[in-house]
Amino acid sequence: MIKSNILKENPKMKILEGSMAVAQTVKTCKPNIVSAYPITPQTHIVEDIAQMVADGEMQADYIKVDSEFSALSALIGACATGARTYSSTTSQGLALMFEVLFNASGMRMPIVMTVVNRALSAPLNIWNDQHDSIAVRDAGWIQLYAEDNQEACDLLPIAYKVAEDKEILLPTMCCMDGFVLTHTFEPVVIPEESLVDEFLPSFRPDYVLDPENPVTIGAYGGPEIYTEFRYQQHNAMINAEEKIERAMNEFGEMFGREYNLVDGYRLDDADIVLISMGSLLGTMKDAVDDMREDGVKVGILKITSYRPFPKEKIYEKIRGIETGIVFEKDVSIGMGAGLLNDLKSSLYGKKQTPSLYGFALGLGGRDVTIDNIKDAVNKLKTSKLDDFGFINLREEVL
Amino acid sequence: MKEIRFHGRGGQGAVTAAELLAVAAFYDGYYSQAFPAFGVERRGAPVLAFTRISDRKIRRRSQIYNPDYVIVQDSSLMSSVNVAEGLNDGGVIVINGTKDPKNLDLPGDVRTIDATKISLDIIGKPITNTTMLGAFAGAVDFISIDSIKKAVGERFEGGLREKNIQAVEVAYNKMKGLDK
Repeated sequence: MIKSNILKENPKMKILEGSMAVAQTVKTCKPNIVSAYPITPQTHIVEDIAQMVADGEMQADYIKVDSEFSALSALIGACATGARTYSSTTSQGLALMFEVLFNASGMRMPIVMTVVNRALSAPLNIWNDQHDSIAVRDAGWIQLYAEDNQEACDLLPIAYKVAEDKEILLPTMCCMDGFVLTHTFEPVVIPEESLVDEFLPSFRPDYVLDPENPVTIGAYGGPEIYTEFRYQQHNAMINAEEKIERAMNEFGEMFGREYNLVDGYRLDDADIVLISMGSLLGTMKDAVDDMREDGVKVGILKITSYRPFPKEKIYEKIRGIETGIVFEKDVSIGMGAGLLNDLKSSLYGKKQTPSLYGFALGLGGRDVTIDNIKDAVNKLKTSKLDDFGFINLREEVL
Repeated sequence: MKEIRFHGRGGQGAVTAAELLAVAAFYDGYYSQAFPAFGVERRGAPVLAFTRISDRKIRRRSQIYNPDYVIVQDSSLMSSVNVAEGLNDGGVIVINGTKDPKNLDLPGDVRTIDATKISLDIIGKPITNTTMLGAFAGAVDFISIDSIKKAVGERFEGGLREKNIQAVEVAYNKMKGLDK
């Protein structure tokens, strides 16, 4: 092993826990209001932010509320007055927010929230999977997924920039895998505050709650107008695709770290494409490098933006590839899984699309190894499979 | 890439040790990664924590099943846990214990050190996680004792800071055979 001297390459790099890295990045985005319900399931993110606020290092009002339902409700109120807002939640907390998620998006409140992906009960389980955020994919929130802790940080300023764009105004979830990322120490560059200031204009909404100029926000919307609200949200989400791409490009130019809605890895001559979101991708990349050495022509499609779902970009990347295998940490119980279903739906009727197979794995914190990925690829080569299944199942307990 | 597995008991600081080793490796110029085996947290129950150290960005996130190095913070674990499980050829096991490695029936290059005594003498508590990091730095050639001391020093304050650093140093010298 040769010393790389990582610090000489990038003197701004630090090593810290994923949650702390996110908290320090939130600080650079300068939210006015942070709310949180500090009880299990929560994360170190809001704990670290609370510490920074208490120490006077971060200028934000920190509201401790009585539930996750209230955490998001408080942010809607704050955001409606023109405040930049942040919270972080996970699993049951996100589930308890369900009703409020739709209020935030319907009222077009550009709240940014880190969703730490963790399993839903029952059975009681606090460990990592992505069932929580996938289950709320229809709530009208932009959803971005981080592969590593650097991305979990960098996606935050990008999220604020897009969410607060007056042509978008959609709340945004920056999703990161619980424990696998949040509790892992690894090197990260925290975006420089002065650069974030430059990248992220201050939040100046056209309509705010102000006693001097009263307006109603979140009013009654009967059958004569409700459809138009949904139509506009739908269009804003579709338009967000281009805005995210633009924000990512601008971020890349300023910060030197490149992001895309979707990315290919060793896809150029691939016969098999492995598709996923979040922290699984790192393990998958190592598995692909191994399989490439054995002559298997396999590559990866990484999805960073799940909502909006970049249909055309995905098609361009995987067109002509024979087989696609989707690995995901969620199940649409009885009907495949979120990413698999969306991919199939988006590719329907198109030519030269891969045959798609989906696997649920890593549920409720089960470890995913390089061999799990290789086994799935081998299984597909050697036997006929259903279009969706579970891998790494403990047959002896079934 | 080098993969290190920590065996400890809940409350003995195995997770902190894995983190501090990653921090020290980072100060030495490597990419590194540390994380616990996520499970129910119970004081006294066997726990695992992991550190990876590499000259390149570390992408994989699975637990470590074939470690190059194993650190055992509590030798009483060895009656219920096979600490050598999956150990790579040429692997090193560093154990907090008083037995002669020859009598332990373990594969690999096995080293023992009475870290509990060092910790009790210097820190005043039988918490051996930092002491074992000093021992580990003495047993391998890729982590500098200065980086271990820096990482440990940043984690503690006041008198505890000095005592932990001293314990690291004593364990390092003992493992290197410098104290004779």
